[in-house]
Amino acid sequence: MERDDIIEYSLYNHHSEEEGRKIRRKIWMVTALLTAITAVEIIVGIFFPRYLVSEGTWLMIKFFYIILTIIKAGYIVLVFMHLGDERKNLKWTILAPYTLFILYLIFIVLTEGTYVHGVWENFK
Amino acid sequence: MSAHATPLVETGSLWGGKRSPFSASYGKLMMWFFLVSDALTFGGLLTAYGFARHAYTGEWPAADHVFTHLPFTHVHAPLIYVALMTFILIVSSVTMVLAVEAGHRMDKKGVIKWLGLTVVGGAIFVGSQAWEWYTFIAGPDGNFWNFGPDGDNSTLWYNSLATLRDASGVAVLNDHGHEQVGAQGPQQYAMFFFFITGFHGFHVFSGVIINIIVLIMVLRGVMHSRGHYEMVEKAGLYWHFVDLVWVFVFTFFYLL
Repeated sequence: MERDDIIEYSLYNHHSEEEGRKIRRKIWMVTALLTAITAVEIIVGIFFPRYLVSEGTWLMIKFFYIILTIIKAGYIVLVFMHLGDERKNLKWTILAPYTLFILYLIFIVLTEGTYVHGVWENFK
Repeated sequence: MSAHATPLVETGSLWGGKRSPFSASYGKLMMWFFLVSDALTFGGLLTAYGFARHAYTGEWPAADHVFTHLPFTHVHAPLIYVALMTFILIVSSVTMVLAVEAGHRMDKKGVIKWLGLTVVGGAIFVGSQAWEWYTFIAGPDGNFWNFGPDGDNSTLWYNSLATLRDASGVAVLNDHGHEQVGAQGPQQYAMFFFFITGFHGFHVFSGVIINIIVLIMVLRGVMHSRGHYEMVEKAGLYWHFVDLVWVFVFTFFYLL
């Protein structure tokens, strides 16, 4: 049944076979990138476990994992979920509040966790 | 500005009606809002895990000591199985994107093929997670069914905080010179592991069910007669979210 009181945006979202070929190529490139990043993380995880490296190296490795994971997340959200293709406003409405909130939450949790760890150490 | 996803709108007709905010349909917008709320839930759970991990650094088990098994083999293969699971989920995410892309070309056969593969990938992931749980609960002695206090079962009740001792009652210290508890570390480790991976596994399972329902709708030609495959796209958003959460769970539980 046709509704004349709303715009059905999906009816205008189609693309041709030609454009489809380009889009599929991009999808495979991003897939290769995600697989490569995961492989690197696994290899580092196997050959540089916590108990074999120094304190400073482990801190670097932790940041390395987190940054790689955020890169992976970014590609999944922007390319696979097509958020990069949506209106700019929608993209930022989704990403900005979540990012700010999560960063602050992580800051709170690590601060409290460090304090609690200190308490346990001193009262063992 | 935006690519093919949304058409431009004349400013004159901005308040003329028929428009949807962000030029996205109601269903898609609602799915995004739900995903943000679910992401906040998982974010809360993972940061809680980070807190426990950070506060009890000494006793926390190293993942590549706990997850070393590969099905049907007896090799010591740290993290390999989990890497396989990550790869399977990423591949199922890729097949989902390809299904959405086929939907944008009104290619019904393509959608069926790629959506079918996504369902298979998801089912394999859920099965793999179940095997991982089985192995973890069974503990180092490999005996799943020993729930008694003398077993090393990782369930909540018997992964006791009793200090590990050798035959003569002397505490066995770990690499850092600390006393160790239980077979798999503090009770909290098992609690967090089962809760977070279980919650995520539940999402994957429900995602598989949703994908099956959408696949049936596609097979019956419901999408084609509507003129668009937006339902596939919305199911795809949920599926990618599930993959995204796994990427973070994988990093925080198995790598860090």
